[in-house]
Amino acid sequence: MADDIMLETEGLTKEFKGFIAVSDVHLGVRRGTIHAMIGPNGAGKTTCFNLLTKFLPPTRGRIRYRGRDITKADPTEVARLGMVRSFQISATFPRLSVLENVRIALQRRRGGSFDFWRPAKALRQYNAEALDLIDMVGLGDVAETTAGELPYGRKRALEIATTLALDPEMMLLDEPTAGMGHEDVGRISALIRRVATARTVLMVEHNIKVVADLSHRITVLASGRILAEGDYDQVSRHPKVIEAYMGTDHAA
Amino acid sequence: MTVEAASLSARHSGQVPGHHQITFVVMLALLTMAPYGFYPIFLMKVLCFALFATAFNLLIGFVGLLSFGHAAFFGFGSYLSAHAAKVWGLPPELAILSGVAVAAALGVVIGGLAIRRHGIYFAMVTLALAQMIYFFALQAPFTGGEDGIQAVPRGFLLGVIDLRNDLACYYFVLAVYLCGFLLVYRIIHSPFGEVLRAIRDNETRAISLGYRIKLYKLLAFTLSAAISGLAGATKALVFQLASLTDVHWTMSGEVILMTLLGGLGTVFGPTVGAATIVTLQNHLAALGSWVTVAQGGIFILCVLVFRRGLVGELGRLLGNRQF
Repeated sequence: MADDIMLETEGLTKEFKGFIAVSDVHLGVRRGTIHAMIGPNGAGKTTCFNLLTKFLPPTRGRIRYRGRDITKADPTEVARLGMVRSFQISATFPRLSVLENVRIALQRRRGGSFDFWRPAKALRQYNAEALDLIDMVGLGDVAETTAGELPYGRKRALEIATTLALDPEMMLLDEPTAGMGHEDVGRISALIRRVATARTVLMVEHNIKVVADLSHRITVLASGRILAEGDYDQVSRHPKVIEAYMGTDHAA
Repeated sequence: MTVEAASLSARHSGQVPGHHQITFVVMLALLTMAPYGFYPIFLMKVLCFALFATAFNLLIGFVGLLSFGHAAFFGFGSYLSAHAAKVWGLPPELAILSGVAVAAALGVVIGGLAIRRHGIYFAMVTLALAQMIYFFALQAPFTGGEDGIQAVPRGFLLGVIDLRNDLACYYFVLAVYLCGFLLVYRIIHSPFGEVLRAIRDNETRAISLGYRIKLYKLLAFTLSAAISGLAGATKALVFQLASLTDVHWTMSGEVILMTLLGGLGTVFGPTVGAATIVTLQNHLAALGSWVTVAQGGIFILCVLVFRRGLVGELGRLLGNRQF
C-alpha cells in the first residue's frame, strides 16, 4: 500500500499571522490516479499546492514524495524530482513566444542551459517536440505568437503544454480549466485524462463536471481542513459537503 | 503538425534577424570612417561608454536586474589596468585582461551577495557594496587616492602597434568594443540567454520548471561585471588615467541613463544612448554644473515621453521590430 502512495502529507499545517490557512491535512495521492481537491473559495487549496511544491514552508507536518521526505526541499528540487505544478494565475513567459515557452521546459530537461557561448540555433533541436506539444493542447495556430497576447484560456493551455514538456511523473494543476471557453474545457479535460495514464495528477478545480469526469478520488477542503474524501458519489452525497456548497448548483 | 518546423520564422530557427545584420554593418561602416570626421579621443570615449552600457543592459534589459553599483566594475577594471600597465609594465592587452579579471571576481562577490534580494533591495545592496569599493579606492595606496593613477602608458599592442598614435588606438578600442558587443549579442541569443529572458518574464514559473535561477543570475551578473571591467580597463589606457570619477556612484547613475535613453533590452540602444550622452556632455561642458540639470531633464523626458528609449521607439515605428 505504501508503495502505491505517490505523495503523502502528515498533519500539514500552515499558519499565517493569526490565521490558519491549512490545518492538520493528511493527504495521500495514489500513483497513477487523478486526485482532485475541491472546496469553496478560501478553503486553502492553493496554499496546499504552495506547501506541496515548497513555494511556502509549512508551519508543521511532513510531506513525502515517492517515499522521500521533501519537507525541507526547495521548489527547484521538487521540480527536479519530477513533481511539476501549474499556477492559478496563468504562468507563462509573456514576452516569449508560445514555442519559446515550451522550449524553455524542454531545454531544462535536456541540459546545456548555461551555454552562453552557443548560438540560439542550438535551440532548434527542440522545435519539433515543442510543436507536437503545442498541437496537443490546440495552440498549433499560434505557435509563433507572443504568449502575453493570448487570451486567458489559451494561456492556460500553454501552461499545460509547458508543464508536460518536462514529462513529470506527477503534475499539480491549479484550476486548469478556469477561464476557458466551453470547447477548450472539453479539450483540456480530455488532454488531462490522456496524459494522466502515465502519471499522477493532483488538481484543484472548480468546474464540477470536469472533477466528476476525471477524478478517481476527491478531497474536499473547507477552512483549511479536510471535510470529506472519497470518489465523486461518496463526496457529493456527504452532508457536510452539501452544507459547505449550499447555494451552488453542485448542492442540488 | 499545424506549423512545420521548417517554415518557422528566423526568430525560432535561431538565425540572426536580417535587420540586426544590416544595422550592424551600417554601424560598423560608420565607426570605421568616424575618425575622419570626429576627434578619435572623443570617439574612443563614446566606444568605452557604449561598451559599458551594453554590458549593463545585459542585466537590466535581459534579466530584469537593476544594478546600482556598476561603477565598481568599470572603475576597478580601470584602476587595475592602469596599475598593471604603469607599475607592472604589462603590455596593453594583458593590462586590460587583468582589469577584466578583477572586475569578474568582484562581480562574483557582489553579485553573489546581491542576487539573494529582489527589486529595490537588490539595487540597494549593489549600491552599498559599490560604495565600499569606492571608499577602498579612496584609501588604498595603489589607486593614488584623489590623484588617481596618472600618466598611464598606452604601450605597444602585442609589442608591435604603437598605441600612442590616436588613430591606431582608436581602431584598437573599436576592436575591443566590437568583441564586447558581439559577446553580449551572443549571450542574449544563446540557450543561456533564453533562460535569462524566461527568468525576467516570470521568475516563479522558471523555478517551478526546475531552473536554479540564482546560478543563472550570478553568471549573468559576472559576465556583465567582466564586460564593464573591459570597458573601464580600456578607458584607463585611452585616457592614460584611472580616477575616482569612474568608481563614483554617479557613474552608476550615468550608465543607467545611457541605457534608458537608448532603450532597455534593445541590442543597439545602449550604444546610441552612450553616444548621445557623451556628445551632450561635450557640447554642454561650457555650462558647468548645468550638464547635470540637462541630464536630469533628459531622464525625465525619457520616462515621461519615450519609455522604450530612442532605439526602442524607432523599432516600434519601423513595424514593431526589436533593434
